[in-house]
Amino acid sequence: MKENKGMTLIVKTVIKFLAPIVILFGIYMILHGHLTPGGGFPGGVVIASAFILLTLAYGKEVAEKKMKRSLASLLESTGALFFLILAVLGIFIGGWFFSNFLPKGEPLKLLSAGFIPLANIAIGLKVGGGIFAVFLALVIFRIAGEGGEEQK
Amino acid sequence: MFELYSLVILMIVGSLVAIHTKYLLSAVISLSLVGLILCVVFLYLQAPDTAITQTIVEVIALVILIRAVPIKKDTMGIKGAKETFSAIVTTIFLVLFAFFAYKALLDLPQFGFPLMTVSEGYIRDGLVKTGSANIVTAVLLDFRAYDTLGEATVLFTAILGAIVVLRKVGRK
Repeated sequence: MKENKGMTLIVKTVIKFLAPIVILFGIYMILHGHLTPGGGFPGGVVIASAFILLTLAYGKEVAEKKMKRSLASLLESTGALFFLILAVLGIFIGGWFFSNFLPKGEPLKLLSAGFIPLANIAIGLKVGGGIFAVFLALVIFRIAGEGGEEQK
Repeated sequence: MFELYSLVILMIVGSLVAIHTKYLLSAVISLSLVGLILCVVFLYLQAPDTAITQTIVEVIALVILIRAVPIKKDTMGIKGAKETFSAIVTTIFLVLFAFFAYKALLDLPQFGFPLMTVSEGYIRDGLVKTGSANIVTAVLLDFRAYDTLGEATVLFTAILGAIVVLRKVGRK
């Protein structure tokens, strides 16, 4: 009974190996946003897509164990708050809203560009959590709607 | 320019198919065809950041549309006198639009010229002022961070609204 949930064995095995790599690629995209094409928004969506893959292949229950909807919503709110706090910190340290108050560092190094990597991480958290939460909400809503039609 | 025009014509054909097809699934797929061709257009215009975002968002939107929309229902066409009326009205508006768009587009500068007058300052001073090697991120999160905050707020509100409307807890 439990084996029947989700897709076939081939898809499950492939996604078991693929999902960590996709998450790693998303993290790389977020952390290197100030060096290579990419950034917080696409990186966050890539991480969310890894969890969407898990949801599609293994069914809702297994994915909910890895990442609950409440946790996804919490991550989204945390990212948004973190981004705002960075902006407000700029007023106190740098003098104006969104001033780049951290040292610039050496260009083309990972630790450079002031607070831009931090802002990328905040946006990545926000977008990843938000996209996955809305996907779960839509999928659960659809399952509930189908159940209602069957009862009629 | 020929490649760009052929890609744009493909996009127009895809959206026409999406409107006129009878089945919802093929409408969704031809709609995502439009988005995926748009990625190629962005790559052709040398904008990898936008191309990456467009690709990923398009794939996620395709997955959500296929999984979350009850795809078995097919669209119903409008038949009879209403169809003739809407066709006539559409033709009139299209002719009017094409006429005024032609008048307006004559005044536009040529595509891609003059090259980079607005962004010259950002390209010259971006690395020195922000320390970010990727100039797109420098503009998004430093020069125009306020716009990014607005965009993040819009996304936050949209997701909040979707979750509230689609909630199961507290709804009977």
